[in-house]
Amino acid sequence: MATKLPKVPVVIVGMGWAGTIIASELTKAGTKVVGLERGKNRSTQDYFMVHDELRYAQRYEMMQDLSRETITFRNTEKVKSLPMRSYGSFLMGDGLGGAGIHWNGQNFRFLPYDFEIYSKTVERYGKKKIPDGMQLQDWGITYDQLEPYFDKFEKMAGISGEKEQNPMVGKRSAPFPVGPMKKSPMMKMFEDASKKLGFHPYVIPSANLADAYTNSDGISRAACQYCGFCERFGCEYGAKADPVVTVLPVAQKTGNLEVRTFSNVIRVLHTGSKATGVVYVNTMTGEEFEQPADVVVLTSYVFNNVRLLLTSKLGKPYDPQAGTGVIGKNYAYQIVGGQTVGYYDDKEFNLYMGAGALGSAIDDFNGDNFDHGSLNFLHGANIRITQTGMRPIANNPTPNGTPKWGKAFKQASIKYANRNLVVATQGSNMAWRHHYLDLDPTYKDVYGLPLLRLTYDFEDQDKELVKFMATKTSAIMKEMKPTKQETANVITTYNIVPYQSTHNTGGVIMGADPGTSAVNSYLQMWDADNVFVVGASAFPHNSGYNPTGTVGALAYRAADGLLQYLKKGGGSLV
Amino acid sequence: MADETKEPTGGTPGDSPRRPPDESRRSFLKVSGAAVGGVVAGGVIGGLIGNAIGRKNKPQQGGGGGAAPAPAKDFNQALMFFTQDQFRIAEAAAERIFPKDDLGPGAKELGVAYFIDHQMAGQYGMNGKDYMMGPFSKAEATQGYQASFKRHELITMGLEALNEYSQKKYSVNFPELKEDQQDEVLTAFEKGQGVLLKDVPGSLFFNLFRSLTIEGAYADPLYGGNKGMGGWKMKGYPGDQMAYIDKIEKDGFIKMDPASLHDHMGH
Repeated sequence: MATKLPKVPVVIVGMGWAGTIIASELTKAGTKVVGLERGKNRSTQDYFMVHDELRYAQRYEMMQDLSRETITFRNTEKVKSLPMRSYGSFLMGDGLGGAGIHWNGQNFRFLPYDFEIYSKTVERYGKKKIPDGMQLQDWGITYDQLEPYFDKFEKMAGISGEKEQNPMVGKRSAPFPVGPMKKSPMMKMFEDASKKLGFHPYVIPSANLADAYTNSDGISRAACQYCGFCERFGCEYGAKADPVVTVLPVAQKTGNLEVRTFSNVIRVLHTGSKATGVVYVNTMTGEEFEQPADVVVLTSYVFNNVRLLLTSKLGKPYDPQAGTGVIGKNYAYQIVGGQTVGYYDDKEFNLYMGAGALGSAIDDFNGDNFDHGSLNFLHGANIRITQTGMRPIANNPTPNGTPKWGKAFKQASIKYANRNLVVATQGSNMAWRHHYLDLDPTYKDVYGLPLLRLTYDFEDQDKELVKFMATKTSAIMKEMKPTKQETANVITTYNIVPYQSTHNTGGVIMGADPGTSAVNSYLQMWDADNVFVVGASAFPHNSGYNPTGTVGALAYRAADGLLQYLKKGGGSLV
Repeated sequence: MADETKEPTGGTPGDSPRRPPDESRRSFLKVSGAAVGGVVAGGVIGGLIGNAIGRKNKPQQGGGGGAAPAPAKDFNQALMFFTQDQFRIAEAAAERIFPKDDLGPGAKELGVAYFIDHQMAGQYGMNGKDYMMGPFSKAEATQGYQASFKRHELITMGLEALNEYSQKKYSVNFPELKEDQQDEVLTAFEKGQGVLLKDVPGSLFFNLFRSLTIEGAYADPLYGGNKGMGGWKMKGYPGDQMAYIDKIEKDGFIKMDPASLHDHMGH
């Protein structure tokens, strides 16, 4: 039996970006909060030996221990779903700060188009443009309504970007709080080439911090050193914005936050349309605790937000056949194909240097910034060049036709280690009726609870998008004048083995209609008004951008909603 | 290290005028500005600066040109996992995957077989962070590795299968084969022709062994491979550097003597 603890006003499940942002906002306003984190504590002290490619990048030091819990995967319902036994396609964070620790820091706002994607598509192209099975939905909020929260997140994190307003994206109410990152030679080449083609390049907004910065909470952080260890790593300088060096100390300083690490929540308790608390396991002792609370906030990673609701039988599970229910609906991923590699025999770059968010990009072919009238896909991709720091185990570029081992491999991979540039894409992904998350009937976690099952594949939409983007990356690379260039313009079947992107989205999606969405625009559950489910799980589709900036904005919006809710003492916020 | 920077490409390391010894530290403090006054700064940053200063005052092992001192005994070079035979096969196979050539050392000289031995003895060889609960089923290629055995078992089976295959075809063990014969055997495994056990293709072993070889050539020397940072030097990779903020905008390749995590220990 679980040991019952004294009731608290708010319990938050998961101490990543979303959980710590909400903890910070609520505790500053005087609310007592308990934060439950299944992983360990983290601080910058942990990163004394962080420049270790094998430990962090190859052996996934910062990632969830799959021996305890993973997901199962199948491409279609016809196939038996099998566990993801080791890491590949995406990485799930672990410990205090969650995935907010090991991100690269590329910080974007989704486009105005994204939030009203259904309406704007119908308005411009008519209903017929949306293929059968594609579940396009408006988000129940507009860009303008979310703008103040984007601004808030960017000011908290010290997002570094260009002063001029990028004409291809939503209007900003204020410039970035910190100026842009430095421009490396490859970025200049990309920008010159893009301009020549009539596109609108800009320096990627970065959470790596281009200059020393003190935010409005009084948090001071040092500038990025371009050491080249961001993604999959923690930042020893505290220069890359993460929960542990930004919002968490603010919450802790109030004295209103209690963080309990090694506390794995396994169930949300509820009666009628109210949650009453959560049950968690102390992962060190195996002991179970019941934490009663007035309000429950789920802020764990996409997969765990969905799984907790399903195992707790809270909210109506999505049924892909009937098209009913919402929990597990509209899973989406990120389409990253269509890149062009350029090999330079006459030029060498310092590719070992870099920062997770160092790069330049264009949005000329993102969202609905270009006419889709004659194209067989919707939305688009951010096209970019990034210099994140090439590390020697992973960085063995060889032109097509080079053997995979032996002398020829060794010589080519060493020759081109600092002589290859990549123009890549960050492609959007639409939701489909038959892409979803549910509970696996066979496989269990270490506590005997069912694993989450992912059913997903690439569609014609994605293949067409990649084919189109490939023509653009190829054109830009051509202007960058490599000795030779190679474009990958085909994607076939989604494969969980090679790393692609950790941008998993959906499953507890937001919207204006309780029949088609799980949470409202404050990420408050329609079926239980004292439960908020925050994160990329709320995205009804995934845009052509990295998701964190939008997750941050939604977390600030949810915090606002929570404060209103606590003041009102209950009820729906919309 | 920053004070041994040479740019642009060309020439040999060590013939450029040295910069003031503490330049990188000064530029770090300059750019980090308010760092020391912040709520969350300090800690590890202070520690790293301290050690960075410490190591400026010491000659770096393996750095620069000139006659190298007699190599000290390397206590890391002993076996945690392999038998002597397995080690010899691993060393020979890794050398064919990453051979010594005019660019520099191969797998043998870099200690790659020691690296693989040490990895197989640890959590990676034991699949410590992998989901290993059953049931085990035949998988679609898109569903990834679904075998019930562990990496150390796959590597052991694979190395022994290299010998068996060599015995069958050439009547000698793998390490005794000529280089081109070794390549033939490895190619057969790569293509999945050298069957290990029922239903397990040789390519499964080959792909893991290949990736372990690359890791052993380029991982920080603390793991037993990349001896003397020889892999990094060959590739122009400077290893564990604290800051490139004063170099990131520059054109042309900047060659540096590499540093490793050992330098952080600041003895």
